[in-house]
Amino acid sequence: MLKDQDRIFTNLYGYDDWGLDGARRRGDWDGTKDIIAKGKDWIIEEMKQSGLRGRGGAGFPTGLKWSFMPKESDGRPHYLVVNADESEPGTCKDREIMRHDPHKLIEGCLLAGFAMNANAGYIYVRGEFIRERERLQAAVDQAYEAGLLGKNAAASGWDFDLYVHHGAGAYICGEETALIESLEGKKGMPRLKPPFPANAGLYGAPTTVNNVESIAVAPTILRRGATWFAGLGRPNNTGTKLFCISGHVNQPCNVEEEMGISLRELIDKHAGGVRGGWDNLLAVIPGGSSVPMIPKSICDDVLMDFDSLKEVQSGLGTAAVIVMDKSTDVIKAIARISAFYKHESCGQCTPCREGTGWMWRVVERMARGEADKSEIDLLLDVTKRVEGHTICALGDAAAWPVQGLIRHFRHVIEERIDSRQGAATVAAE
Amino acid sequence: MPKLTVDGIEVEVEQGATVLQACEDAGAEIPRFCYHERLSIAGNCRMCLVEMERSPKPVASCAMPAADGMVIRTNTEYVKRAREGVMEFLLINHPLDCPICDQGGECDLQDQAMAYGVDTSRFDENKRAVEDKEMGPLVKTIMTRCIHCTRCVRFVTEVAGVPEIGAIGRGEDMEITTYLEKALTSELQGNVIDLCPVGALTSKPYAFTARPWELRKTETIDVMDAVGSNIRVDARGSEVMRVMPRNNDDVNEEWISDKTRFIWDGLRTQRLDKPYVRENGKLRPASWQEAFAKIAEKVKASAPEKMAAIAGDLACAESMKALKDLMGALGSANMDCRQDGAKIGGKGRAAYLFNSGIAGIEEADALLIVGSNPRLEAPVLNARIRKRWLEGGFPVGLIGEDADLTYDKEYLGAGAQTLKEIADGTHPFARILQVAEKPMLILGQGALARPDGEAVLETCIGIIRAAGGVSADWNGFNVLHTAAARVGGLDLGFLPGEGGKDTNAILEGASAGEIDFVYLLGADEIDTARLGNAFVVYQGTHGDRGAHRADVILPGAAYTEKSAHWVNTEGRVQLGERAAFPPGDAREDWAILRALSEVLDQKLPYDNLSQLRAALCGDAPSFEMRDVQPQAGDLPQGGTREMADAPFHAAVRDFYFTNPIARASKVMAECAALQSVQGEGATGTNG
Repeated sequence: MLKDQDRIFTNLYGYDDWGLDGARRRGDWDGTKDIIAKGKDWIIEEMKQSGLRGRGGAGFPTGLKWSFMPKESDGRPHYLVVNADESEPGTCKDREIMRHDPHKLIEGCLLAGFAMNANAGYIYVRGEFIRERERLQAAVDQAYEAGLLGKNAAASGWDFDLYVHHGAGAYICGEETALIESLEGKKGMPRLKPPFPANAGLYGAPTTVNNVESIAVAPTILRRGATWFAGLGRPNNTGTKLFCISGHVNQPCNVEEEMGISLRELIDKHAGGVRGGWDNLLAVIPGGSSVPMIPKSICDDVLMDFDSLKEVQSGLGTAAVIVMDKSTDVIKAIARISAFYKHESCGQCTPCREGTGWMWRVVERMARGEADKSEIDLLLDVTKRVEGHTICALGDAAAWPVQGLIRHFRHVIEERIDSRQGAATVAAE
Repeated sequence: MPKLTVDGIEVEVEQGATVLQACEDAGAEIPRFCYHERLSIAGNCRMCLVEMERSPKPVASCAMPAADGMVIRTNTEYVKRAREGVMEFLLINHPLDCPICDQGGECDLQDQAMAYGVDTSRFDENKRAVEDKEMGPLVKTIMTRCIHCTRCVRFVTEVAGVPEIGAIGRGEDMEITTYLEKALTSELQGNVIDLCPVGALTSKPYAFTARPWELRKTETIDVMDAVGSNIRVDARGSEVMRVMPRNNDDVNEEWISDKTRFIWDGLRTQRLDKPYVRENGKLRPASWQEAFAKIAEKVKASAPEKMAAIAGDLACAESMKALKDLMGALGSANMDCRQDGAKIGGKGRAAYLFNSGIAGIEEADALLIVGSNPRLEAPVLNARIRKRWLEGGFPVGLIGEDADLTYDKEYLGAGAQTLKEIADGTHPFARILQVAEKPMLILGQGALARPDGEAVLETCIGIIRAAGGVSADWNGFNVLHTAAARVGGLDLGFLPGEGGKDTNAILEGASAGEIDFVYLLGADEIDTARLGNAFVVYQGTHGDRGAHRADVILPGAAYTEKSAHWVNTEGRVQLGERAAFPPGDAREDWAILRALSEVLDQKLPYDNLSQLRAALCGDAPSFEMRDVQPQAGDLPQGGTREMADAPFHAAVRDFYFTNPIARASKVMAECAALQSVQGEGATGTNG
């Protein structure tokens, strides 16, 4: 279990002052100038050494991502964009950061912006987050007033402006290139890659898009050192992570924990255990709605980090743990998730536009048992034809939950179909 | 230059080429729906997926830049499955209404489903239905068939420059629409019909009239403007059913204007299909002999200096050559091919051609437009200007009537005063032309068709010369013609001879009684009231202004009904072919003149088209080379003669009514009516 002195988000629950005074008391904005004085290369190298992997879901090494930005500007400005469009069902970690610890994010923006030669940063806040945006804006205003942003930010010699932008509540705008499109005032539709944002991103200029949590942990890593961060967790899965535990647990919560904690310990220690005890557990979606679910047998000993969950054909995603006990109609649950993806598909490319609706309709029928057993394999085939064939990862995200369902609960679907057919036979007689 | 391997074949492609282009170079066929060479890359249909070594997923070849060392495979089971998958997704919500779909037989979806799809459907749900959208009188929509490739959206946004089509809604509820359900305001909108890979956007006037396999296809040339767009005329029996563009990178790329495309209904109505003679003030049908006899009688009674001929805007070179020779044989020097009175010709070819070439627009780096609205006078050429403008670094100045040209331009002034300021270098735009390496000047007929037109012409030549726009490898002086016949007429010298009268003088003479015999070769754009009491022969195709005034009507062949040459504004000689026969007793125009010449005892020295064409080349050597933009020769020096202060007017006022065929077309009339309703300032609540 994570020791208190290793916690990064010490005001996660908002018990302390969110403002600048409180943040300073908790150690934020301490020696920012000195960190910047160590130079861009040092910061990027330190981030690489820390082993921090992107907290938005894909788990791409953050330091490496920063190093992709051109070292020298070719005349175009560089931009930092922070993805605060937290819309993955089950996930509510960035929201808490913006509400209770916004200065961690703002300080991170300055440091990241400096490291990648950006004089301007944009925070794209999810449309539904009204209060969060207001709080964040207030914190940005405080930072400007205190000289921590703007010209010669934090007396570092680096000019940095930070803008808070409000989205309109589309899930797809959490995809980095769709977010950039939306930020430019266009319809939120993912771009084709290549070119990647580091070459041509916002307004065609080199851009790095990072998740809120990835940016917010950066100042602490740089202050306490890469070795400290890398010493937590397991190799290639280092540091601490915010977990969002929801569903059939006694105390749903957000908690910062060490990477690689076992799922069972996480649920038992922090969420008060599964409703009705561990044996009442049916399945867990370990990383937000887009990753495949895992049944109890896997949950018993799986560790919560990128590699361990990948080994069991799921993923850490955003670390939003959705717990389902045995009272859950698991087909109905996945049907709901499929409906979500059908609703949020942007409609740009064919497999996702047509496939999400198809998958949803079939799963919805399966939840009622109105299907043929041969359709299970058909459905699986459809998911495979969506997965990997689309412009962005939303197609994959829509396919995986259905794949997870069929992988682990095919018998439930079959039973449902059987019982419906049985009932129909009885009625006919 | 990146080298890559496609299906085991090594190919080298240009820097910046895509994997799809590399595959085509290697001879591998890549199916596609959204990809189009002349539009931006969308990458949304996913039909062009190929297998790329070291990529965990199939890649969209249309959007992937070709890079050195790539190993691409297009014929594996993996690729086949990917294509089948995409094909299946496209078809699940596409109605299988091919039997009642106008795209049937020339549908990309149909063809590719045959080649790359599977023969059964696994989709057991209800299909999506989408409400049709109103897009005006030209484009018919059946939106349920839409596969969301966004070609139409990209075309109107990028090429046409009127962003009036877009997508609303998300996911499977995404719909292509005109937002406000109003007609498109582009003169190029018909091209979305060709671009649409399915039957979602089809031709409204052509709807349900023919199937592609019933049509006889003839490759020919358009005469609606002086661009000389390359077209294909599809006919069934004696009727032209539709007009489609042909690709010609130097002229029209693969676009045509709406007038070019939808004119065909005008070829059927108001046609002159037999000769007429006027008796007691009324026209009555007559035989060819009667008509010719009547003309002969009047010619005999007239004198050479009292006879005149005017050629219209659609006349072909062959007919003008025959009429010129006939007038010459009769001893008359009174002839003109410039109905509008443009002060042009007689200064060498370079002084009346579009010297930079249409494709040359893409090389230019500054443009001054004088007295022209290219959007209405030559929509396809205007699209080329817009294409260049989109590249950036292309300042455009306009002198004349202000108008929305679909690209940003600086409006410099209304007339000669501004032109003078540029000529003497006091206007800031003169500096812009000066610093440009390849400056261009486009001079329209609006500035030439006025008494001081020659002074305007000389001033413009002076401006472009002073800006360094005329050198060994660049000629930035361009005249934009509006009439398909004009350059041909100027080339072969259908102009007043020694002491001869031009159009204005002919009309004045006719009013005053000095001219008593006028031969109109399809000339309808003159003020016929000024013909006075002259005896008027009208040879043409439609019962338009000229025919109404005529004393004898000789029915001729429209541009789709004869093999003939036209010369476009660049001086490019192009051959049009016969797609259908002229109606009734109507005949090919040169043959009418040849027959008449015999009755007049002035037999023309050619018995067939090839002899006539040989004679034509004798008159104008430029006719020897077809389909090339010829070297025009030296541009004369400029001048600084006085010009009148009156503003330059645009040559084309009503785009849809510029010639007799267009005026006979119901579709054009609908477009014109709609334009006046939707005109400037309309908000939707006022009509």
